[in-house]
Formats: sequence, structure tokens, C-alpha cells
Amino acid sequence: MKLTIERATLLKALAHVQSVVERRNTIPILANVLLEAGDGTLGLTATDMDLAIVERVSAQTDSGGATTAPAHTLYDIARKLPDGAEVQLETDAAAGKLTIKAGRSRFALSCLPTEDFPVMGSGDMPIHFTFAADELRGLIDRTRFAISTEETRYYLNGIYLHAAGEDGAKCLRAVATDGHRLARVEVPLPDGAAEMPGVIVPRKTINELHKLLEDSVDSVEVELSETRIRFAFDNVQVTSKLIDGTFPDYEVVIPSGNDKILEVDCASFGEAVDRVSTISSEKSRAIKLTLGNGNLTLSATSPENGTATEELEVGYTESSLEIGFNSRYLLDIVQQIEGGEAQFLMSDAASPTIVRDVADDRALYVLMPMRV
Amino acid sequence: MAGQLTLSPAFCRDCAASQPPASAKRCTVCGSPRLISHPELTSLSIAHIDCDAFYASIEKRDDPSLRDRPLIIGGGHRGVVSTACYIARINGVHSAMPMFKALKACPSAVVLPPDMEKYVAVGRQVRALMQAITPLVEPISIDEAFLDLTGTERLHDGAPAQTLLRLALRIESEIGVTVSVGLSHNKFLAKLASDENKPRGFTPIGRAETAAHLDVLPTHKIWGVGKALHRRLLADGIVTIGQLRHYSEANLTKRYGSIGRRLYHFSRGQDDRRVTPTHAAKNVSTETTFNDDVSDLAELERRLWRLCERLSKRLKQKDLAGRTVTLKLKTSTFRGITRSHSLPHPTQLAETLYREGRQLLREPVDGTPFRLLGIGVSQLHPADDADPLDLADPGAAHRKKVEAAIDAVRARLGNDAIGKGRSL
Repeated sequence: MKLTIERATLLKALAHVQSVVERRNTIPILANVLLEAGDGTLGLTATDMDLAIVERVSAQTDSGGATTAPAHTLYDIARKLPDGAEVQLETDAAAGKLTIKAGRSRFALSCLPTEDFPVMGSGDMPIHFTFAADELRGLIDRTRFAISTEETRYYLNGIYLHAAGEDGAKCLRAVATDGHRLARVEVPLPDGAAEMPGVIVPRKTINELHKLLEDSVDSVEVELSETRIRFAFDNVQVTSKLIDGTFPDYEVVIPSGNDKILEVDCASFGEAVDRVSTISSEKSRAIKLTLGNGNLTLSATSPENGTATEELEVGYTESSLEIGFNSRYLLDIVQQIEGGEAQFLMSDAASPTIVRDVADDRALYVLMPMRV
Repeated sequence: MAGQLTLSPAFCRDCAASQPPASAKRCTVCGSPRLISHPELTSLSIAHIDCDAFYASIEKRDDPSLRDRPLIIGGGHRGVVSTACYIARINGVHSAMPMFKALKACPSAVVLPPDMEKYVAVGRQVRALMQAITPLVEPISIDEAFLDLTGTERLHDGAPAQTLLRLALRIESEIGVTVSVGLSHNKFLAKLASDENKPRGFTPIGRAETAAHLDVLPTHKIWGVGKALHRRLLADGIVTIGQLRHYSEANLTKRYGSIGRRLYHFSRGQDDRRVTPTHAAKNVSTETTFNDDVSDLAELERRLWRLCERLSKRLKQKDLAGRTVTLKLKTSTFRGITRSHSLPHPTQLAETLYREGRQLLREPVDGTPFRLLGIGVSQLHPADDADPLDLADPGAAHRKKVEAAIDAVRARLGNDAIGKGRSL
């Protein structure tokens, strides 16, 4: 294998794939990126056995071939080469080395045989549909903050993607929850997605997608089966295993009769919450909302720090209410609301509260109150 | 040459009276021969008080016909000895001994099942008397505690030693059990001292003789040196605490890990742990020893459910909830197995404890016969934090309601009025 590639192209592709590679690997080959050259392109593949990213970029290939080299080292080299450099990659099969030449720099990296590189079996993926990239981005960005990191309930460590809704208003829904908050976002059901099984896409895959889905991407091809999902766009292909578990029946926990309605301007509300929460104890981050006629008082007390209060004029006409929340969760949700106006539907201080984006009825958040 | 003879202060063990210098061999007030005399007696203020054969003493107090007979408190024919009275101990019975062995050693012994409620109540009375002389009482168990009497001389009109003697007498006369007292300048030595002249002991260890005192003691007297470490120390040729002093702190730490530090300091009689009064419970647990070994999963699950109900009841009574569930098993060959798992939220529900416990039971239960099963929780939280509504567990609210309903029925009609089918 021998090829020449622009440093910027190589760096971008490596940046994409190397983040899949875990920093600590017990299996040496998993620290490597698979390089495949031929027909004017260089293919880069990285995997952690649960997730694989393949990216194809154009290169001047003098001779085809393949090898594997340490992903992080290669990325660091590309990062440190001068901007605008032409990088030459060449394998020395006899020595088992990959040489990298750019300007007057020369590196030789140890390679591992390509036969050892694990190929992620894709199996049969019967469901195909196409997404507008914006919509996928919207689903991911507005739900991923609620993904649980708790390992024991592994089935919460991802976004639950499934077809939902009645005939007229079928939609594709993304749901994530960690037990304290829940995010549910819908987009119109893409053609071909009606038959899809409900799948849980792991957090790492979601985070990689979030990084890869740049503004330039228009549409995303999705293929999936019960156990695998693949996203393809531009020159990138992301294949991931799905979490083998049952997502809880989240509909049950979304309250329907919450009649105390509070409307706030997200920007000023968010800032006020942020200010008042300075006092909240590091552990609970608790903040109290006291609602009276057209008035919202945010307050926090901590035995160590002291107290804080701030008043806001809000749209609220129901009977007065005191309710506590984790301020970080409040901020997380408020940040998702793009319309600027958030609507809180509350029942009492012990029951779940619904938060909605006034301008967008496709997103819904549920938040558990805390005792304050 | 006339030597400067300093006379040690002395008190009477039987009436706590202070003795005049150069006194006779008997108490000048009550005539008792038991005089406690020590050069540092009035300057030591950290005490360890331990009730003598606590459970057995209480039973003997309540039934004088048992007074002169060997008495063992323990459970069932498969159980172990919790406490043996001193008469039984002469025959070689000791606590934690399997009951069949104890009865072989002392066939004439009277065996009584433990009446924990009574013992806990008496333990509280003893503690109340301790707390009457100092707020710095650190209970270690139901019948023993550390006390710090530093600076109480004027309050109690007497040295800590005398205050402690008065306390020991008061416990004897008002509650009817005897205690042994260890008095020294730190907790480690105080605990060591209380153990030395049981029952009804009163042993001071002064600063001057600390080293000499420790020199000849075996290393397992150091708190934290269990069987395994003791064996390792012996294998390394270290038999006595005195020998530990030949090694540097770095050397001991390197060889035995973090406990090396303790070995270094304790072997010099140094212990800077303070007597801290509130030592809240760190875990709540319950266990049962079976009459016959059990290996069947379904049967173990049935037993587990009953234990979970008992544990849940205790947690609810104490207004506590635990986040880490620990399952404990002991095989018929006395091998201990524990498995634990942390929950997303603290719980006090029997149902949640059972679900976790059942999961934990899966792996170790493989046909091995077990003699003991237990379940406990740690990482305790106040009950207010227990079992919150969980968006990811839609059934949780329902389970909580069911259990509250069962508890309510039981509160009115008794424990057997209602129960889940799995307990049958």
C-alpha cells in the first residue's frame, strides 16, 4: 500500500474514527485503525466491537493494499504535522511497519495484520429508511442529555427509537430517561420506518453520531434489524450493536392530568436558576420554586453556603404551589427548548412535572420533583 | 540512702472510696480487699466498659434459680453460642461455638434462646447511665462502649477512675449486671485493659508501662488483626506486639498494606482515634440459620422473602433506607459467601429487597447445601429519600402502594393477617 493524502483530509477522517477506539484496550488490535487503499480512496475503520465507523476519503493511491496502525498515535501525528502538508503513507510488509512521511518528518509505526481486525457482522438489516439530517440531529440533541449512565439498568444507557402514534399522525419517537427525567421527541415517520422494531441505540453511538452529523450533511440512510443499526451519510458509515433489553413502558409515567400551568421565558428563567443554584449543595443541587399569583420565586438554601432567592414575573394563575427540582436537570431541559418559551405542567410537589416547548409540540420532557 | 517513695493513688473497687496514702491492704471505708492502685490512676481518662457475659447475666438476674448453673444463650440445635456465663466458660464453652460442641463440653448447661428485645432494653439502660457521666460515649455494641472522661474531675468531684468506679457500682446496683472497665490514655489500650480482668475487672494501663505491657501480647490483640493477618505475621516470625516495634512504618506498610501503619503505631501504644459519640448504624441486616441445610433455590427464595419482610420492617421502624443490598450465605462446610449490589435509590421496601436478593442468589446457588442465609442493606439514608418515584420503573409506585396497604393491615390486625403468596 502506498498513497499520498492531504493532511487536513487525513486528520478529519482520523478525528472521526479514532474516538471510537478506547484509550485502554485489552485486545491490541482494537487500538488500531484499519487502513484500506485503492481506486483513489483511503478507507479508515475503527471499532470497539460494539460500534464501527468507516470513513472513505479521497487520496492519491499509488498502490492498493491494507494494514492496521495504532489509531491514537496516527491521529496525534496527523494533528502535529504542519497545515497544508502532503502526507505519504506506505507499508513495508517485510518489516511490518507503516511509514508516514511529510516534509522532513518521517515516522514508522508497528502494524498488526489486517486479518486480525474484527469485522462487525452486519447480518440482514431488513428495515431501510431515509432521514433528513436535521431531524435526526434534533432527535439526538434533545434527548441525549437524559440518557442514564447507571450500569445496572443497562437498558437505559441509550435512546429508545421506535415508531409510534395513530394512523394519521405516525411518528418516529426517541425517548431517553435516567429515572429522574425523561425526554421524548418525535419526528414525522420516514417512509419505510413503520415496520421497525423498537430499538435502544447505545449512548456511545449516539455521541459519535452527534459529532459526525455536521451541518453539511443533508440526509442519513438508516438500516436496521433487531440487533444492529447502521447510519450512512456522506462518506461515513456508522454500524452499531443495539442494547439487548426492554425499555420501560414510559407512557405510564407521563402524567395526563397536570393542570397547574406555568409559562416562563427560557433565557431569563435559565439564568435565574443558574444564579440561585450557586448556593445549592453540590450533592443535591436542589432549588425551590414558589409559585403565587403571576410570580415565581426561586430559592436555594444550604447549611454550608447560605441562602439565595430571585423573583421572576411569569404567567401563572393557578393556586399557589411549592415544588423543588434538581437545578441541573432544570437547566438541561431549558437548554433544549429552542422556542424561547417553556411551559411547565404541574400537579403537586411530589408528582412528575411536564415541560414543553411552547413553539414545538414534538418535544416533551418529564421531570421528577425533589423534596426541598 | 532514703529513696523518694511516691505513693500511688488508690480507690476501692467495691465502694469507689479514695484511699489515704500508704493505706493498708483493705479499704478504709468498707473493708474490701480489692483496691485499685496505680501511679497514673488519676491522670488516665479514656475508658472502655464492657458488660460481663451480658445476655447470660441478664437471664440470671431475672431468674435467680439459674445463678449457680452453667447457662448458655443461643439459638436452636443448629445455632451457635451467643453468650456463655462464666460457669459454662470454665467448662470450655465460648461464644460463637456451635451449640452441639458447647453441649458436649458442658452437658449440664441450661440453654436459653436469646431474648434480644430484653437485652436491647437493658443495653439502653446501661448506656443511659454512661451518658449521665459524659456525653462522650461511643457505643461499639449493645453492651460495650468507649467513654472519654477528660476534664470531668471538677464536675464529678473525683478523678475519672473514681467516676468510673462509681458508674460500675451504679450499673451493678441499679441494673443488676456487672461490667469490666479498662482505663488508659487511648482507645486501643483501654479496650485491651477491659479484657484483662474479667469479670468485674478494673484495669488501668499507664503511659509508663504501655510498652512493657504490649511487649508480650500476641499480635492478634491489635484491633484489625484477624486470623489471616495473624497467620501471616506468625509466618514472618512475628509473635508478639513487641516484635512489631523492630520494623519501620514504611516496612510494615509495604509488607502488610495500609494496616501496616496501624501495626506500627498500635505496637507503640499510639492511637489517636477520638471517642466520637454518634456512631450511627452503617448497615441493617437479618439472617437465619436453618434447622437443616437447604440447597433448593425455590426454598431459599421462600426463606429470603421472609428475611426481606423482617429487614423491611426493621428499616421502617428505624426510618431508614439502604442503597446497597448484601446477600449472605454460609455453606454446610462453614464457607461464607457474600454478594452485594447497589440500587439506583435507597429502599426500605421488602419487595425491592427481595427482587435484588433473588438476583444475588442466582449465581451462588448451584446445589451447594447452605446452613445460613442473610440479607442486609448498607449506605443508609433517611426514610424520606427511600423509594422515590422513578420514571424508568413504572411499576415502582404500584409496589410501594401494595406494601403500604399490607403494612396498614398488619398494623391493625397483626403480622399474620395478610401476606404475599410467596411466603406460603
